[in-house]
Formats: sequence, structure tokens, C-alpha cells
Amino acid sequence: MLEKALKGSKKYWLWVLFLLSIIFIGFLCYLYQFKVGLGITGMSRDVSWGFYIANFTFLVGVAAGAVMIVLPYYWHNYKEYGKITVLGEFLAVAAVTMCILFVFVDLGQPMRVFNVVRFPTPNSIMFYDVIVLSGYLLLNLICGWTVLHSEYKGTKYPSWLKPIIYLAIVWAPSIHIVTAFLYQGLPGRHFWLTAVMAPRFLASAFSAGPALVLVAALLLKKVANFDPGKKAIDSLAKTVAYAFIINVLLFIFELFTAFYSGIHSHQAPIKYLFVGLEGHAEWVPFMWVATILAIIGILLLVIPYTRKNETTLVLACIAVFISCWIDKGIGLITGGYTPTPFETITPYKPTLPEIGITLGVWAIGFLIMTILYKIVLEVKSSKELVVKYEGVLYKK
Amino acid sequence: MAIKRRDFLKLTGLTLLGTAASAAVGDLLTRGEVKAQEYTSPPEALKGKRWAMVIDVKKCKEGQKKGCGKKCIEVCHYLHNVPSIPDKKKEIKWIWEDKFEHAFPEQADEYLKEVFKDVPFLLLCNQCDDPPCVRVCPTQATFKREDGIVMMDFHRCIGCRFCMAACPFGARSFNWFDPRPYVKKVNPEYPTRMKGVVEKCMFCYERLAQGKIPACVEACPANALIFGDLADENSEVSKILKERIAIRRKAELGTHPSVFYLID
Repeated sequence: MLEKALKGSKKYWLWVLFLLSIIFIGFLCYLYQFKVGLGITGMSRDVSWGFYIANFTFLVGVAAGAVMIVLPYYWHNYKEYGKITVLGEFLAVAAVTMCILFVFVDLGQPMRVFNVVRFPTPNSIMFYDVIVLSGYLLLNLICGWTVLHSEYKGTKYPSWLKPIIYLAIVWAPSIHIVTAFLYQGLPGRHFWLTAVMAPRFLASAFSAGPALVLVAALLLKKVANFDPGKKAIDSLAKTVAYAFIINVLLFIFELFTAFYSGIHSHQAPIKYLFVGLEGHAEWVPFMWVATILAIIGILLLVIPYTRKNETTLVLACIAVFISCWIDKGIGLITGGYTPTPFETITPYKPTLPEIGITLGVWAIGFLIMTILYKIVLEVKSSKELVVKYEGVLYKK
Repeated sequence: MAIKRRDFLKLTGLTLLGTAASAAVGDLLTRGEVKAQEYTSPPEALKGKRWAMVIDVKKCKEGQKKGCGKKCIEVCHYLHNVPSIPDKKKEIKWIWEDKFEHAFPEQADEYLKEVFKDVPFLLLCNQCDDPPCVRVCPTQATFKREDGIVMMDFHRCIGCRFCMAACPFGARSFNWFDPRPYVKKVNPEYPTRMKGVVEKCMFCYERLAQGKIPACVEACPANALIFGDLADENSEVSKILKERIAIRRKAELGTHPSVFYLID
């Protein structure tokens, strides 16, 4: 099936070339980091995780979010998702690959990465994160590829796949719960030390993931003549709306706990992020952009007219996606490290090479997504019945 | 009937899985504490069950007034090849001085701030009895010894910095660059580090093995630092802590630090 990705229009190749050039720039930046050390980033002794881990955390959510399409289709036999299920699975493949790469580029000694396998340490949450992430990658690759291959051959997928599909579905939340546990079990990081972290991760995952699939599906409809089905889009939009509202609500619950209790250490990171603290306000504009986007996203999604209109729906999904990225990426990480254990503030700002590496990883993810989606489209269109009758094409 | 090849393989696989699983469960129960095996400490080594340090902040202040020149920091950083990096954001430190409100932010009200205005607080790894850094390390590069010292294996550390996120005391430093150009005078007795690994104070485990007390304790002319075994009722640290008022940093987090500050 892979050969389907090797034939394409000029637009397809231009897009691939564009992604490859960004990957190349990112790779050069990484070589620089590999040689000099992580000191080329904006991270510091006080803010020891930054952009890489922020993107990692966010993308775990995108990967897990794909289950919101896979689950209704296989579990509840929701046929409308038939066309986009494989899109969800392949999105998960691309997202998890990015996650793994983001963790890898964050390592100080990348050549020693296999020490995690050589010295398995079950008391470390990282141990479980490695297991659930690599497992999820494998499960989605197997499920997506096998189902698509059966479709290619014109048969139903083999029966041995059914338990694996179910496993992939119950596996999905685990990647996000375990990733939340990386943070929420650390003493002394007040912003992270909350039981709501895991549920909030899930809620943002179940909105950001489907939002991306929605945008991708509607984009494919425009550029590649792929019809995801009107009902599927409408259902998916509702999923995004509900999950995102729950996500925002959970954040408001956090605000209540921090400010009604009056506990200073719980308020400090939130104040730093939204209004600035002790003269430091590096991320305030970003957090307000996230807030405004969240409001716009919710409004466009709950009003039936704008939700049913494809243009406004795409805008809403993009707003939700960026809002989640700011909140669960950069906000989560800088908020966790601010104030420092000494109640001082060390500002963090990513450097250019750091952003270059980050973009490179994103481009790799988009390339994987492009190739896999291209195969999907080719397979699906090859199965369509097209009849030429008196010079006019008729599609079934 | 002879055992079938298929069954044999199945059995082997199961045994392997079982062994791995039991090892994993065993690890979970001991929370990653490891014993150094096939190692006998030399006869002259100082032995303890829970090494601890008591810092008399008033004596420290007097010592500084008399011009001790912060020998403790200087000696430690020289002996352990700790680089002096000018950029504060990327600096590496094993023992350093800070203000009261930074060492004890949750205690720092207006009055105490005033009381301890000019009092130096020496900060270093707390060698916690229940160290969160050890709990989170994915490779056991950081681990707790039987004598309570929280160790760092520079050669196993992958540089993920999970331990730095977990440490509530900011005791850990990361080598953002190759540190060697920043080591002014190299002490050949102790390894230098490479870029990309985490490091911190280890209570001079290498000196304990030679029967010597930690370098900072030995270097202090004011005797403001006292080192000893908390598990030994008759040790100097145990006796002092029974009589005088000592506080520990962020005791409410339950990590049980082994560094005490005398404030009376």
C-alpha cells in the first residue's frame, strides 16, 4: 500500500517538500544542540523543562483524543465514523511519534536513552509512560494499517484484530493518565499537585484530538475530494464542544480551589501566568490569547448555526486546538516551575534553535500524517465506483 | 512422553516473563533502593545508618563576620570539580548561601525576615530519607544508599531532568554545556562531568570511605557545620537536636530532610 504515497499531484509533492525542508532545518538545529548541549535552549537550572516537554504533553493528548472517533465506531457501531476512523488512528500514530521525538530531543545524554530499558525502574512514572506510549503507537499502527489493508483487498478486517482494536480503545486514556501522573505526584510543584490534572488532561485531549481530525477531514474534503460525511462532522463537532467545555470547567475548579482557599502557594503560578508576578509577566499575553480563543471556540461550537457551518466550525476547531496548546503546553510547564522552590522567579523563553527543533519535530509528525492520509485517500477512492457515461463521470 | 518443542518454548517464555515481573514487583516494594553488591568498605571508612548535618546559622554568621571567606563552598566546589559558570540561569552548585526567605519561603513573615536579615543559610542537597528524586528517576541513576546518602551515577544519567522537577529544594544542577572549561583548577582525585547529566552534593561519600568527614564540615573555622549519624543516639548531631531548636526545609512535604538548621 505504501506505493500509493509515491504518486501524487504537484501540490502533494510541494507540501511534502515544504515539510522536508523544515525537518532539515530542525535537524541542523538538533545537530547543534547535540554538539553543544541543551544550553542552547532557554531552559535553566530553575525552569529545567521547557518547550519540548510542553509539546510532548500536548501531543499525548492529541494522540489519546483520536479514541473519541474509534470508540463510537467499533464499540457502539456508529457507522457514520466509518470513513474517518482510520484518520483518527493514523493521527494517533503521528502524534505519538512526535511525543517520542520530543522526549528524545529533551534528553541531555540521548545516546543513553536505552538505559530506560536496560535498567527498568517501576517506581518511576517515566517507566510506565514509555510502556503505554510505545504500546499505543504499535496498537494504532496495527489497527489502522490492517483495517485499511483489508479495505484495499476488498475484504472485512480479520477477526484476530477485534480484541486488538478493543485493547487500543481502553489503552488510549492510559497514555494521558500516566502522562498526568508524571506531574501530579511531585511534591513542591504547587501548580501540578492536583488530582484534577489527569481528568483535565483527558478533557483537553478529547477536544484537541478530534478538533485536529475535524480540520484535517474538512481540508481533505476541499483539496482531495474526500467526503467525511455530514453527520460524522456534526457528531465530531459535538464531541469537541462537550470535551472542551469540561476542560474549561475543570480549570475554573482549579481557580476556585486556589483563590477561595486563599493559599498563597497555589495562587502564585496562576497569578504569574495570567496577571504577572513580582514584575514578571512573560507569558501573560499567551494565556489571554488562550482564554479569548477558548471563549470564541466555545461560542462557535455551542451555537448550532456556527457549528453546522463548515467555515466557522473549522475556525472554532483551530481556536480550540491553539487554546489547548497554549494552556496544556507552555502554560502548564512554565506555571509548574514558577515560582521556583525558593519562591523566586526565573523567566523562561525558548531560543531560536529550540523553536527550530520543535518545528522540525512537528514537521515530521505532519509528514507521517500526510503520507498515511494520502494512502487512506488513494485506497478509499480506488474502491469507489466511477462510471463514465456519455462523457460525464458518475460517482457512486 | 517427551516435551514438545512448542510447549518447551511456551514454558521458557512464561518463566522469563515471571522472573521479569517478580523483579519488577520487588523493585516497586523497595522503592528503588539499591545495595552496592560485592563491595566491602575499607576498614577506615566512617559508617553510619543515616548521615545527617546540623547547621548552626548564628555561628555561621559569626564566622562570616570574622572573615571565613565561605571556605565551605570554596573547598567543596574545588574538591568536586564544580564549574563556576557566570550565567546564573545555567549555574551548577552543590552548596551555596541564600537568604532566610528563600530557604524557608513558607515561614518568611515580616518578623522572621527581620530576625534573620543578615543570617546566611547554607543550602545543599537535603539527603532526604524519602527522596522524591530517587522515586522518579527512570534509570536508577540517582539512588539512596543504606547509610542514607542520595547518590548520583553520572555515567548512567540520561539527562531527562525528572529529578530536578521532583526535588522541592532546588538542590540539583544540570550540565547545560560541557562543564570542563569552567573548572579553573581540576582536582584529579574526583571525576569531572560531561554535558547533559545532573549533579548535586553527595555528602562527600568518597571522603567518608577514607574515614574523613565531609569537606565543608572540616573547612568551617566556626564549627557551624556538624556531621553525624542520626541513627546513633550518642552522636553529636543526635545530642544537639535533642537539646536545641532545629528546623528543616519544607518538612510538611514528607521527604524527611537530613539537613537541620539550628535557629535558637
